[in-house]
Amino acid sequence: MLNLQGVHTFYGPIEALRGVTLDVAKGEIVTLIGANGAGKSTLLMTICGRPRAAEGSIRFDGEDITREETFSIIRRGIAQAPEGRRIFARLTVFENLQIGATVADPGHFASDIEKVFTLFPILRKRRDQRGGTLSGGEQQMLSIGRALMGRPRLLLLDEPSLGLAPMIVKQIFAAIAEINRAQGLTVLLVEQNAYHALRLAHRGYVMQTGRIVLSGSGAELLANPEVRAAYLEGGVHA
Amino acid sequence: MEYFLQQAINGLTLGAIYGLVAIGYTMVYGIIGMINFAHGEIYMIGAFIAVIGFTILSMLGISSVPFAILIVLIVAILFTSVYGWAVERIAYRPLRGSFRLAPLISAIGMSIFLQNYVQVLQGARVKPIQPIVTGGLTLMSSSHFTVSLSYIQILIILTTVVLMVGFSLLITRTALGRAQRACEQDLTMASLVGINVDRTISLTFVIGAGLAAVAGVMVTLYYGVIDFYIGFQAGIKAFAAAVLGGIGSLPGAMLGGLLIGLVEAFWSAYFTIEYKDLATFSILILVLIFRPTGLLGRPEVEKV
Ligand SMILES: Nc1ncnc2c1ncn2[C@@H]1O[C@H](COP(=O)(O)OP(=O)(O)OP(=O)(O)O)[C@@H](O)[C@H]1O
Ligand SMILES: [Mg+2]
Repeated sequence: MLNLQGVHTFYGPIEALRGVTLDVAKGEIVTLIGANGAGKSTLLMTICGRPRAAEGSIRFDGEDITREETFSIIRRGIAQAPEGRRIFARLTVFENLQIGATVADPGHFASDIEKVFTLFPILRKRRDQRGGTLSGGEQQMLSIGRALMGRPRLLLLDEPSLGLAPMIVKQIFAAIAEINRAQGLTVLLVEQNAYHALRLAHRGYVMQTGRIVLSGSGAELLANPEVRAAYLEGGVHA
Repeated sequence: MEYFLQQAINGLTLGAIYGLVAIGYTMVYGIIGMINFAHGEIYMIGAFIAVIGFTILSMLGISSVPFAILIVLIVAILFTSVYGWAVERIAYRPLRGSFRLAPLISAIGMSIFLQNYVQVLQGARVKPIQPIVTGGLTLMSSSHFTVSLSYIQILIILTTVVLMVGFSLLITRTALGRAQRACEQDLTMASLVGINVDRTISLTFVIGAGLAAVAGVMVTLYYGVIDFYIGFQAGIKAFAAAVLGGIGSLPGAMLGGLLIGLVEAFWSAYFTIEYKDLATFSILILVLIFRPTGLLGRPEVEKV
């Protein structure tokens, strides 16, 4: 469904992606792990054309989207809950969800927002509150909800567990698994919480300074000594 | 008392015109964080289209005043929309993302170009038109002073109220308004939800230009004379109005416009007409000293 071939991305003189090749098949949950500054967020943003890949190609459903405008990439059925959440602070929770539905068929709005409220009941309570007044965790839920409102076929999640209580993290991961199972939603998940992410994902990639250095099934990566040493040791694997 | 009331009416009328132009400044600032220095010129072009339009219509023998005004408004809005769109495409879009002074300079260039362009096409002389909307109501009459509200003043104030209500609904209730507010806050995130950011910015310039065109038509009807220099004069006032109300705030632009109109009217009436601009800008400076973000501007404190 998504295919990256030798993608290079620059921020001015800084080369953040140094030839990334990666595949995500329809219906899969794929996770991307790696140290701070490895280029994970850059990879998700490059898929959406911000910043644009300087070299290489990005294909979605077999079509080349490397040079496409961001809004039209999103219209193809890709949504992202980006790093830092980026909630529209002066729009209400409801308006944030409405704006998430920009590319969706308006006929689905009522039932879609109901699903988001069922997934994150706190958002229903905060419905008319401005996004900027939500707690960090609530903003994270809103960010995921906003992405889901676009009815994506491919969901890009950048550290959805960041700043959330373990209970909520469990709930979010369960929700991702459920949406993936029930609706066949394809997910590319960037996570610091490598243990949970690898348990959840069908496959995973490990990134290091702009390159993919390892890949395999979730179970394989979990068992890999290098991965354990770098991303799992010392963590709480509840 | 009668004199006071009359000045209030005159000030409101003038303020309505400033308010309409100020919205264009504040909207563009809101969405791209920059002042559109060519905006006053768009208003001036609206006024010129009005002069030409009314002249042509009277040559064609169209005598229905409401019909003539409607036609002129539509034509003025259409033309200035194109100018507003062009200003964004030529002076702003190519420079988006470059250092902040660059688009400012290109916009000033655009403004000088438009002024000269109109001057070349229309000549530098003052353009008069025949009075179109005449008459009015007498509100109060005492032995030495009569308070009147002319029909043109009624028209200007009503049109402004209708436009401002409609415009507020557009911003708060429609998908376009929501997209504009989203772009104001985070252009990248707006594009990530699938908003066509370029188109939204273009539309913002176009809507601002349309409102300025209406103001230009109204001012032509009100004063009956215009020249190619009015864009600069009204532009500065409307810009001051936007800053006074809090740049980026729509209610602020309306409030700022009204206040500046009233200050001008009262200052000219009770003191001297020569220093009315001094009065306006002194008040602006005073307000900014105590409220640097303007009367209704929001202080930038937000959880990220
Ligand atoms: N806007 C930017 N301008 C310049 N350099 C940037 C920018 N964004 C990221 N970088 C650089 O690109 C590299 C990759 O950053 P990126 O945010 O993709 O890392 P990451 O893997 O998501 O890290 P983290 O786990 O900390 O979120 C880093 O070296 C970073 O300093
Ligand atoms: Mg990151």
